[in-house]
Amino acid sequence: MTFAIEARNVEKRYGALQALAGVSLAIAEGEFFGLLGPNGAGKTTLISIVAGLARASAGSVSVMGADVSADYRRARRMLGVVPQELVFDPFFTVRETLRIQSGYFGLRGNDAWIDEVMHHLDLTGKADANMRTLSGGMKRRVLVAQALVHRPPVIVLDEPTAGVDVGLRQGLWQFIRRLNRDGHTIVLTTHYLEEAQELCDRIAMLKAGRVVALDSTRNLLETFSGLVLQLRLDRDALPEGIGADVLAAEGGQFTLRLRGYNALEDVLHQVRQSGAAIRELELQPADLEEVFLRVMEKH
Amino acid sequence: MGGFPTLFYKELLRFWKVSFQTVAAPVLTALMYLVVFAYGLGDRGSAFPGVSYSQFLVPGLVMMSVLQNAFANSSSSLIQSKITGNVVFMLLPPISYVEFFAAYVLASMVRGLVVGAGVLVATVWFVDLSVAAPLWVLAFALMGSAILGALGLVAGIWADKFDQIAAFQNFVILPLTFLSGVFYSIQSLPPLWQKASHLNPFFYMIDGFRYGFFGASDTSPLASLAMVAVSFALLSALCLRMLRSGYKLRQ
Repeated sequence: MTFAIEARNVEKRYGALQALAGVSLAIAEGEFFGLLGPNGAGKTTLISIVAGLARASAGSVSVMGADVSADYRRARRMLGVVPQELVFDPFFTVRETLRIQSGYFGLRGNDAWIDEVMHHLDLTGKADANMRTLSGGMKRRVLVAQALVHRPPVIVLDEPTAGVDVGLRQGLWQFIRRLNRDGHTIVLTTHYLEEAQELCDRIAMLKAGRVVALDSTRNLLETFSGLVLQLRLDRDALPEGIGADVLAAEGGQFTLRLRGYNALEDVLHQVRQSGAAIRELELQPADLEEVFLRVMEKH
Repeated sequence: MGGFPTLFYKELLRFWKVSFQTVAAPVLTALMYLVVFAYGLGDRGSAFPGVSYSQFLVPGLVMMSVLQNAFANSSSSLIQSKITGNVVFMLLPPISYVEFFAAYVLASMVRGLVVGAGVLVATVWFVDLSVAAPLWVLAFALMGSAILGALGLVAGIWADKFDQIAAFQNFVILPLTFLSGVFYSIQSLPPLWQKASHLNPFFYMIDGFRYGFFGASDTSPLASLAMVAVSFALLSALCLRMLRSGYKLRQ
């Protein structure tokens, strides 16, 4: 089977710093994959190695079966990368930028596709504007367009929505989702965990250069998060030996983490038995932020 | 077809879009030198029989402009891309290190030659100049601009900030061009400095280039061409090695 991206025991050292300490991942074609982790976990380093911007100290990476160093030409044709930094060339207009980027991939006469990409990203009106004159959000869209000029089957977005307003974020995700439906593999890093939860089929979490969790989004939510119960009682203490993790307790207000709905019944039973009365109760479903914090705590 | 033609085109477009600064300004600078040195300081005669000082000076100024602008083009383009971060757009596509080298060096050659031609055309109004051996003129103009284009690329790869490029320009390129015989024939120097000039590769570029105009030079043009060709080969080898290893471009 050919993976969209396959990393095998990838290590990266910068002098004494071990940025990646043996990362192995296989992302299937057509997946919407999330790469999460705190700052400095190695996400951008891993993406840089996949893109050929950095070289692995050990291990290997391939894109659609093409090794990123031995067969770099094929690997890079298969890959579109939206870099994290808002970079642009101040000498050119939007259209020139996209034509030039297209030409770097050996594509000439690519205007029909460039027009289409500009249309979907709402850039048509700015086609002849110099890059310097664009707002941050517009520059971000051009970066996305640049990553797509050569119609790559695999698209990597490194924090594409950092500092982007809500309207653009929605539009961007709509477009990226469409690309995914059309068969493109999407790899996303983001600090907005609700975005990752909503969009990604599967998630890898990195910490200190290692993969500390790798599973489908649903499994991660079920395994790690469970439910969060907000409870207000008529007294300041919970019953002894309550069957849940206490996340916070202040006054009569308690936040408990439950494994599932069975645990809820047990907790309520214990509260009733202790003679306490419930003033307020709120149950929150699993969320990725909770999963993320727990995974990071554990490792 | 790879990315080379587009990278070459992009590099041309970059300097052409600001041609007032990249072409017109250096032509004006060269004219100022001509005015000050040839007319302001009086015609001092030259080392070559039948050649006036202003005639002697023009090929030197043309070549100096070719060299300085070829260097400025590749070095400033790359350092700007590195500092602003847009170098990533050239590193993500499947452009080989040889294509990268060729595009930057060729574009620098074009800029150097365009400025050189501009200086030549502008000075024709002031100085009566004939060309004895046009092929030598062309050969040295091409080689000189290629060497400085490659040197600019090396500097651009190595430097992390604009200061370092400026230092390279002011402490290496400028002294080497000024002391290479742009403004004088090395025959007018004391013997020690004549010897020292022979260690300066820029001397051969300018001396050979001047031979193309007057059919006379301080050193035989063939020897100069050999020195220039060896310099280019060594510098290209160094530059290609840096690019292949990804030095300061790919971590």
